[in-house]
Amino acid sequence: MSIAFLIIALVTLGSAAVAMSLRNLIHSALLLIASWAGIAAFYLWAGAEFVAFAQLLVYVGAVSMVVLFAVLLTRQSRVDMAIAPDALRRIVAALLAGGATLGVLFGAVVSAPLPIAASATPVTVSVRQMGQELMGTHAAALLIVGALLTVALLGAIILASTGREDPPGVAPPAVAPPTRKTS
Amino acid sequence: MSLSPLQLCLLFSSALFCVGLIGALARSNTILVLLGVELMLNAANINFIAFWRFGPAPSPATGVMFVVFSIAVAAAEAAVGLALVIAIYRHQKNIRLQEAVRLKG
Repeated sequence: MSIAFLIIALVTLGSAAVAMSLRNLIHSALLLIASWAGIAAFYLWAGAEFVAFAQLLVYVGAVSMVVLFAVLLTRQSRVDMAIAPDALRRIVAALLAGGATLGVLFGAVVSAPLPIAASATPVTVSVRQMGQELMGTHAAALLIVGALLTVALLGAIILASTGREDPPGVAPPAVAPPTRKTS
Repeated sequence: MSLSPLQLCLLFSSALFCVGLIGALARSNTILVLLGVELMLNAANINFIAFWRFGPAPSPATGVMFVVFSIAVAAAEAAVGLALVIAIYRHQKNIRLQEAVRLKG
């Protein structure tokens, strides 16, 4: 197995594990960006270039910004980014459950009768071929994903937007008015 | 015994899945729980790519197509999830999961 894969796996797993154990949310988010970039490097190593750049654009570019905005919008104090420590019982129980899952998965993968001989010639998918697949075989799925993304973005705006601002001195209505569109 | 490349990729993705699982179970901050779920989704995508690359009969583009759609759905999930986090913060002024015990705003 190549050294590159081991380095990619170590960087990805290490930054993900450290991110999940830190108390500072900003540090966690930045380490998770490193982890997502490591996953993109894995896709590049495996020969799926388009997926690698999609991962870079979506996760390293977009989701990380949304996460950082959420962290900054929901912080408790203005200077201290650390959050309260979690209960020790939860951590121990989570480690037990995760360790048991890891053991089961490792045992299953190692003992599975997978084909040992890897495909010698890596398959390459050109962007042209992918575009034809998207427009031909998977055209319905493409349309559904477009509709899903539109609905999800509208729902996110409605969820995160504030209600109508009432003028001072007027009692707020009993039933919250429907949210208005954010400017 | 020696492990095939496919098995090494599967071990990598299951380790990443378990890191995400431990994070989602252990932390009480809503954003970190959501990020743990994202890590688990990424581990599933790594499995798709691993089977596409090292699987027995790799069809030309099926695995890649699957991951592209999966990334799109994961992006939608992240956007809605973080909007929910902000809505929870507006209601109860913190985002600890233990204190989010009411469904009514």
